[in-house]
Amino acid sequence: MKFDGRFGRFGGAYVPEILVPALEQLEAAFIEAQQDPGFAAELGDLLSTYAGRPTPLTRCRNLSRGKTRIYLKREDLLHGGAHKTNQVLAQALLARRMGKTRLIAETGAGQHGVATAIAGALFGLETCIYMGADDVERQQLNVFRMQLMGATVVPVTTGGRTLKDAVNEALRDWTASFETSHYLLGTVAGPHPFPLMVREYQRVIGKEAREQILGIEGRLPDAVIACVGGGSNAIGLFSDFIGDEKVALIGVEAAGKGLSGREHGATILKGRPGILHGAETLVLQDADGQIDDTWSVSAGLDYPAVGPEHAFLKESGRAEYVGVTDDQALAAFVALARGEGILGAFESCHALAHALQLARAGEDRIILVNLSGRGDKDVAQAQTLLGDRERNAA
Amino acid sequence: MTSRYADMFGSRARDGEGALGIFTMLGDPDPGSCLACLDAIVAGGADMVEVGIPFSDPIADGPVIQAAAERALRAGVRTADCLEMIADFRQRHPTVPLGVLTYANLVVARGIDAFCQQLADAGGDSLLIADVPSIEVGPYAAAARRAALDLVMIAATNTPGATLQRIAAAGSGYTYCVARAGVTGADREVHFNGHPALFAALAAAGAPPPSWGSVSPRPTTFARRSIRARPG
Repeated sequence: MKFDGRFGRFGGAYVPEILVPALEQLEAAFIEAQQDPGFAAELGDLLSTYAGRPTPLTRCRNLSRGKTRIYLKREDLLHGGAHKTNQVLAQALLARRMGKTRLIAETGAGQHGVATAIAGALFGLETCIYMGADDVERQQLNVFRMQLMGATVVPVTTGGRTLKDAVNEALRDWTASFETSHYLLGTVAGPHPFPLMVREYQRVIGKEAREQILGIEGRLPDAVIACVGGGSNAIGLFSDFIGDEKVALIGVEAAGKGLSGREHGATILKGRPGILHGAETLVLQDADGQIDDTWSVSAGLDYPAVGPEHAFLKESGRAEYVGVTDDQALAAFVALARGEGILGAFESCHALAHALQLARAGEDRIILVNLSGRGDKDVAQAQTLLGDRERNAA
Repeated sequence: MTSRYADMFGSRARDGEGALGIFTMLGDPDPGSCLACLDAIVAGGADMVEVGIPFSDPIADGPVIQAAAERALRAGVRTADCLEMIADFRQRHPTVPLGVLTYANLVVARGIDAFCQQLADAGGDSLLIADVPSIEVGPYAAAARRAALDLVMIAATNTPGATLQRIAAAGSGYTYCVARAGVTGADREVHFNGHPALFAALAAAGAPPPSWGSVSPRPTTFARRSIRARPG
């Protein structure tokens, strides 16, 4: 391969040897496409006329406190309902360029699955989505969306029955089918070139946000905040601010039921270096290296590894990572609905919860939060959770 | 190549036959039954034994082996137990080559050097790490050499020539040649198209002896007679 795919000591390509030619082909296609104005033009056209870019930057009129202004980057308004569409369209174009006829994807909350199903339908590619059986259960609406668009959804019943197990199955499928299938990996994790490639395709979020905030406020934000599962929306937002040292980059992980126990998905805060799903990164694991099961109210953050660039940003000290519990995220979900009339994805509400905490002081600060997805998919679950809470309070 | 592989391959070659290796998962369904199974494998005529150390997320393995790993993990089997089982096997079968197949995270969790040394001390002859391809193998090959352990590399019919050179340079013991695309243990028909060319390329690159590897739940997939017919 042309690049080693490392971010500091993290990254690399840890896959069965048989998959290396597929990764080499993908890297070559990616590099070639990056230099092809025709590819950029077609992708740009799709992003604007099909997906709905640029997405707006919305100032929170009621959740901002004192002199603190909170802005939301509205990826929830993108076609498909989440930032996932950005890079899926790009990877589908690459798949077509490589002559692949089938897309494989894994999904947690279902947003990446929906985005892949959209691309499959648009480009006439057979689409197969692996999804943990528990996630199939809690994200029925997205499962049906995928099926409506012609994708096959395969529930994965092995292991913890969540995103990590779906990734395992997708990788296994690809091992047997790489000649005709493209594995449309959903985040900045996995083997090289995925972390690099997905970052470049998600970079549009930060690029737009930077221009927009400069246009509105005349200066850069003090902090940009995004949730981190695998980490694609966060890397997308962070990338164009990494060089601006005065801008704090804050990633928010799922602290689930609390960081003191084992029921969380806070890989950066509680994990240690290891190798999972093709990359050397931070991993939630036991002393032997067996991978831990994770927990989050939000299926999209329920993952025991993280993109290797985040591990590097943490180790280098450039980005800060914090944890937000299920309860705090749910409270932010309600606050966003009541305060601003917006239903945000549970994932994004982790980021918002931290922003609300920072805003309490009311200082003269600009905080930019990536609202990476819409919360329609989470409404039924929210209804149950809020009902439980009321019953418990009674 | 460790002396056990060299002796065994040499003896098989003198008989004009290939060698038969059998895989099983350590600790499946529990350590006691597994040790009895290993004895039976040797008694049944295996020339070499390959054992898995169970991992929670075995991406290169199909449902049969994954289920075996899950049973072992559910039985509480840890890496230390596996090393003990290997030491036990070695006491009872001093000449049968034994290789370990596992995943990178179990190796790095113990420290690459420590893992290799402990495996060698237990009596293991080789290590194959399913998710470490030749582009990442440097530190693992070096640690294996320091521990006098063979590092088995994987080659497939789609492996490009330059990669085969790397595989030849880093690998020792034998070269695991994937019989068909896909994960191991999947119940799919095996075709050997392209393998003569792969074997020739490996030989030209100076790679260790090739071995067909494709674990199948159907014992009829590999008739011993056909294995025996292959040189090396």
